[in-house]
Amino acid sequence: MYLRKLILHNFKNYEEQHLDFIPGINCLVGENGAGKTNLLDAIHVLSLTKSAFNPVDSQNIRKGLGYYAVNGQFETGGTTEEVICGFQIGKSKSVKLNKVEYDKLSLHIGKFPLVLIAPNDSDLIREGNEVRRKFLDGIIAQHDAAYLNDLIRYNHFLKQRNALLKNFNETRVRDLDLLFPYDKNLKELAAAIYSKRVSFFNQFIPFFNQHYAHVSGNKEEVNIQYKSQVEDEDFPSLFHSFLEKDIYQQRTNAGIHKDEIVFEIEDMPLKKFGSQGQQKSFAISLKLAQYDCLHAIMGKKPLLLLDDVFDKLDDLRIKHLLGLMAENHFGQIFLTDARPERTASLLESVETEKKIFNVINGVVKVNEP
Amino acid sequence: MEFSSKLIETAVTEISKLPGIGKKTALRLALHLLKSEQFQTEQLANALVKLRNEIVYCEKCFNISDDNICGICSSIKRDKNILCIVEDIRDILAIENTGQYTGLYHVLGGVISPIEGVGPEQLNISALVQRVQTEPVKEIIFALSPTMEGDTTTYYISKKIKALDIKTSSIARGIPIGGDLEYTDEITLGRSILTRTNYTTE
Repeated sequence: MYLRKLILHNFKNYEEQHLDFIPGINCLVGENGAGKTNLLDAIHVLSLTKSAFNPVDSQNIRKGLGYYAVNGQFETGGTTEEVICGFQIGKSKSVKLNKVEYDKLSLHIGKFPLVLIAPNDSDLIREGNEVRRKFLDGIIAQHDAAYLNDLIRYNHFLKQRNALLKNFNETRVRDLDLLFPYDKNLKELAAAIYSKRVSFFNQFIPFFNQHYAHVSGNKEEVNIQYKSQVEDEDFPSLFHSFLEKDIYQQRTNAGIHKDEIVFEIEDMPLKKFGSQGQQKSFAISLKLAQYDCLHAIMGKKPLLLLDDVFDKLDDLRIKHLLGLMAENHFGQIFLTDARPERTASLLESVETEKKIFNVINGVVKVNEP
Repeated sequence: MEFSSKLIETAVTEISKLPGIGKKTALRLALHLLKSEQFQTEQLANALVKLRNEIVYCEKCFNISDDNICGICSSIKRDKNILCIVEDIRDILAIENTGQYTGLYHVLGGVISPIEGVGPEQLNISALVQRVQTEPVKEIIFALSPTMEGDTTTYYISKKIKALDIKTSSIARGIPIGGDLEYTDEITLGRSILTRTNYTTE
């Protein structure tokens, strides 16, 4: 699977732009602020129906205009599939596959898998568990629609239950029977979500360890721990033991929304004890493991977007990435770099076909060979 | 929208409070009434006032009625042992049109949703619990929408009447008659397979 054609209308700093990509490595070079990352983001929109950097669609429209449209043609095993994603102010976003509009945007997710490696990946390590759960959910939901549905239901019941707890407090009337339906559903859904998260980690961690060993040169021992209250043999009792606390705090204290994903280095928390370099190695290994996982599960190579990685990574990590590129580990690649000469020299050792795009202030020119 | 008359403005504001009607449609309706004969507007206004003042809700099932007890509850042809729980009066009309049901109804007036501030007190639930204790109800059919809120309400009521010896069921969910399997969403189709019906050749 690869993206052959991309057409942008009023997306971020682009007015109208037609681009033809190759199945190999597409290099987007140009000065800072020219719009390289915006091109990656447009591809992100085509694949996952939303921007990777700004969830507010009206802010992704070219300044002063009323709509954007991103149009892409994917080649998959001999057939061309066309995706159009459009957003107009005051209307809801529409995504069409081969001219047919989806009822729900979530139905599109997973059709054209994608992995983005970007400087803000370090958030996965520095930020709280919520960011890590989102990363995890994002990967599983790309291939498991039932998981996504369970998760949406879980969050809805949780919201209702918390509103009810608040209500108990305000009205000082406690009808505990009212909790029963929410408790029952939350417990059932938590068990289903937990077991899928566990089996996901069983698949994910070996990929991760492999990449980390390469990137770091086998120097230190790292660990990913998944902790959930649901692993308690008697989770239903645990859930109910929090009842008084739940009512007092007006929120639900047990469930998969409290799951923790802990990154460790030499048995210590990475966030506090890992060096800058170790944290970067960890982040890129997470992303490469995401790539391998999606590839293994979906049977097709996801698109790989590399945003400014040559600038942000050091030699050993770049070497590992280039090594993977050279042995054709990836499918189609899009990368951005502010320094064209660096990209050219680094990619010299990689024999895959390359195409250079010069991005100058919202306009793209192709280097003629 | 700017109006040359305060009277028009008030009328438009009031009409546009109705569901599905925006400012433009409201203006069109108001102007239409002005254009037509005066008695027609009066008839409409009288009908609405009369509706509001004289309508009563059935004391038993909360259906709309002309008397204290509605036509369904007072009919001798209906099976008093079966009770069908619905969200809204419109649901009664829909089920009556099927011609498949001969029992009685109970209108809840909504479903439980704490986010929107709707709890059992806002609905006709305590009246229902009382009703099944005083009337000869043997079976309850829940005909609520297949949403998370509908299911929650079903669970809650089932729990409230658990101690009584009453058979409970909920209407089946599945593929519409004449529908196409291919176009049925996965969740409905999955559920249809789980709750499949037995096929007998006798």
